[in-house]
Amino acid sequence: METSQLVQYIVSGVTMGSIYAIVGFGFTIIYSVTGIINFAQGEFVMLGAMISYSLLGLGLPLPAAFVLTVVLVTLIGAAFNLLAIRPARNASTISLIIITIGGALFIRAVSGLVWGRDAVALPPFTGNESISFLGAYIQPQSLWVIGLTLLLMVSLYLLMNRTLVGKALKAAALNRRAAALVGIDARTMSLISFALAAATGAVCGIVIAPISFAYYDMGVMLGLKGFVAAAMGGFTGIWGVFLGGLGLGLAESLGAGYISSAYKDAIALVFLFAVLLIRSRSLVVEEEET
Amino acid sequence: MPAVLKGRGKTVAIALFVVFLAVVPSLGNNYYTSVLIIIGIHTIVTVGLCLLMGYTGQVSLGQSAFYGLGAYIAAVLSTTYFVNPWLAMLVAIVATTAFAIVIGFPIFRLRGNYLAMATLGLGIIFWIIFRELAGITGGPSGLPGVPSLSIAGFAFSSDFRFYYLVWGLCLAVMLISQNIVGSRMGRAMRAVRDSESAAQSVGINTAMVKVKVLALSAAYAALAGSLFTYYLNFVSPQPFSFLFNIHLVVMAVVGGLASIWGAVFGAATVRVLTEFLHPFGNIDVVLFGLILMVVMILTPQGVTQGLGDLWRALSARLPGRAQPG
Repeated sequence: METSQLVQYIVSGVTMGSIYAIVGFGFTIIYSVTGIINFAQGEFVMLGAMISYSLLGLGLPLPAAFVLTVVLVTLIGAAFNLLAIRPARNASTISLIIITIGGALFIRAVSGLVWGRDAVALPPFTGNESISFLGAYIQPQSLWVIGLTLLLMVSLYLLMNRTLVGKALKAAALNRRAAALVGIDARTMSLISFALAAATGAVCGIVIAPISFAYYDMGVMLGLKGFVAAAMGGFTGIWGVFLGGLGLGLAESLGAGYISSAYKDAIALVFLFAVLLIRSRSLVVEEEET
Repeated sequence: MPAVLKGRGKTVAIALFVVFLAVVPSLGNNYYTSVLIIIGIHTIVTVGLCLLMGYTGQVSLGQSAFYGLGAYIAAVLSTTYFVNPWLAMLVAIVATTAFAIVIGFPIFRLRGNYLAMATLGLGIIFWIIFRELAGITGGPSGLPGVPSLSIAGFAFSSDFRFYYLVWGLCLAVMLISQNIVGSRMGRAMRAVRDSESAAQSVGINTAMVKVKVLALSAAYAALAGSLFTYYLNFVSPQPFSFLFNIHLVVMAVVGGLASIWGAVFGAATVRVLTEFLHPFGNIDVVLFGLILMVVMILTPQGVTQGLGDLWRALSARLPGRAQPG
C-alpha cells in the first residue's frame, strides 16, 4: 500500500464526506424542527448546482452567481413549505412522506425539462492546478468544499446559539408544544427551517458541481447519503452529522479504492441499514414522542 | 367500507370491467393489448403496496426489490439453467417471499420515516446488484432469450394469449386481497395502521401482521416480475430502478391507498399518462409529482375515495335521496 495513494483516498473521502454532511445538515434542520424527513433535500442541492450553472452561463461573476443561487433556492424551499407542507399540517407521517416525495419528483422532472437530461460541467472556483501534498494531488475545489463546510457549520452554530431566530428554532425542536406556549409559531418555524435547509442545500450544490458533474437526477443518491450522515448524527447536533458525513465519505472512498468502485454506492446503503438498525430503538422512541 | 361503490353498483361495475377486459384484445390492436398487459402487471404489484401501505400503514419505497428479484430469478433459472418456466416462476415467488420474511423482522423494527428510508435503500441496493452481478444477471445490458410460458404445447407467446393470462392472475390477486381485507386478518391490519399500541393491547401480534403483509406483497411483486420477464422474453435492471417505486406510490395514491380495486385505476392512469405524455419529455413525471402532492393534501384517502365522497355529497342533495348509501 502506497502512502500517496492512501492520502489521495483520504482527501477525496473528506471532500465527499463534507458534501454529505452539508446535505445532512438540511435533513437535520427540518427534521428537528418539524419531525418531517424532507425527501426533496437532494433536489435543493441539484437546484443549487443547476441554477449556478445557468447564472454563470449568463456571464455573472462567481460571487454574484453564488449569492443569487442561494437566494433563489431559499425562495423555492420557502415556496415548497408554503404550498405543499403548510396546507397538510395535520397529515399523517405517510402523507407527509408522500408529499415530500411528490415535491422531489416535481422539482426533478421540471429541472429535467429546463436543463435537459445531460450532465453539465462547471469550472472550479479557482483554477484547475492541483496542489501536491504528500505525493497526492489535491484539487483546489476540494479545499473550497472543506472550507465552506466548516464555515457553514460555524455559521449554523452561531445562528442556532447566538440569534433569537436560532433560539426559537431550537426551542421548537426541543418541544413544539412548549415552544408554542411561549409564542413561537410552529408554522413560521417550519417555514424558516425549510428556507434554511434549502439555502444549505444550494451552497452544497454550487461547490459540488465543479467536482462531480451536475445533472437533473443527481439529488437522489446525494439525498440518500445526506440522510445517512444525518441519521448517524442522530438528527440532532451539527457535529454529529459532520462526523457521520466524514465517516461515510471515507468508507466510500477507501472501499472504492481498495475493494471495488462498482459497489461504491452500496457502501452507503450498508451504512444506512447499519445505522438504522443499531439506532432503531432510540429512533422508534423519538417517532412516538413526536 | 373503503370502496366507492357498494352492493349491486359494485357488482355491475366489476362485471362491466370484466367485459371491457374481455373485449379489448379482440379489437386486434396490439398496441392497446400490450399497454393493458403492462397495466395488469403493475396492478398486481400495486395491490401488494396498497395492502402494505394503505391497510397496514407501513411505507415501502422498495417494492422494486421484490419485483426485480422475481423477474431475475425466473429469468436466470429458465434461461441459464433451462428450468421449466412455470417451475422457475414458482421458485421465484417462493424465494422472494422467503426473503421478505427474513428481512421483515429486522426492518419492521423501524417505522414511519425510517422505514421509508430503509425500504428505499433496499430497492436501490437490489438495483445495484442486478447491474453489477453481470456474471449472473447479464449486467446493465440485461439477459436476452428468456423463454415464453406454455401449457402442453400452448405457448403464451402472443400478446393476445398473454393478456388473458395476466388479467386472469390479476383478478385472482384482487379477489384474494379483497377477501383478506374483509377477514380477521384485514381487521388486524387496519388495527395496526390506526394504532399499534391499541392493536397490541387487544392481543394482535403486530410484528407478525406486518411481516405477513410484507411477505404477501413480495409474493405479488415476484409474480408480477416473473410475468413481466416472460412477457418481454428479456430482463434488464432498468425497470427496477428507484423511479419504479415512486411510480408505484403514484399508482397506489391515485387509486386510493386503502382500495384494492382502485389499484387498477391507479395503474391504468399512470400507464396511460406515461404512454401519451412521455414523448414530450418529462411532462408525465411533472404531473405525477403534482398528483402526489395535491392528492395527499386534498384527499389523503386517494382519488377514488375523494370521488366517492363527492358522489355521496352530491347524491345527498338530490331530491328524494336524503339518505345516501
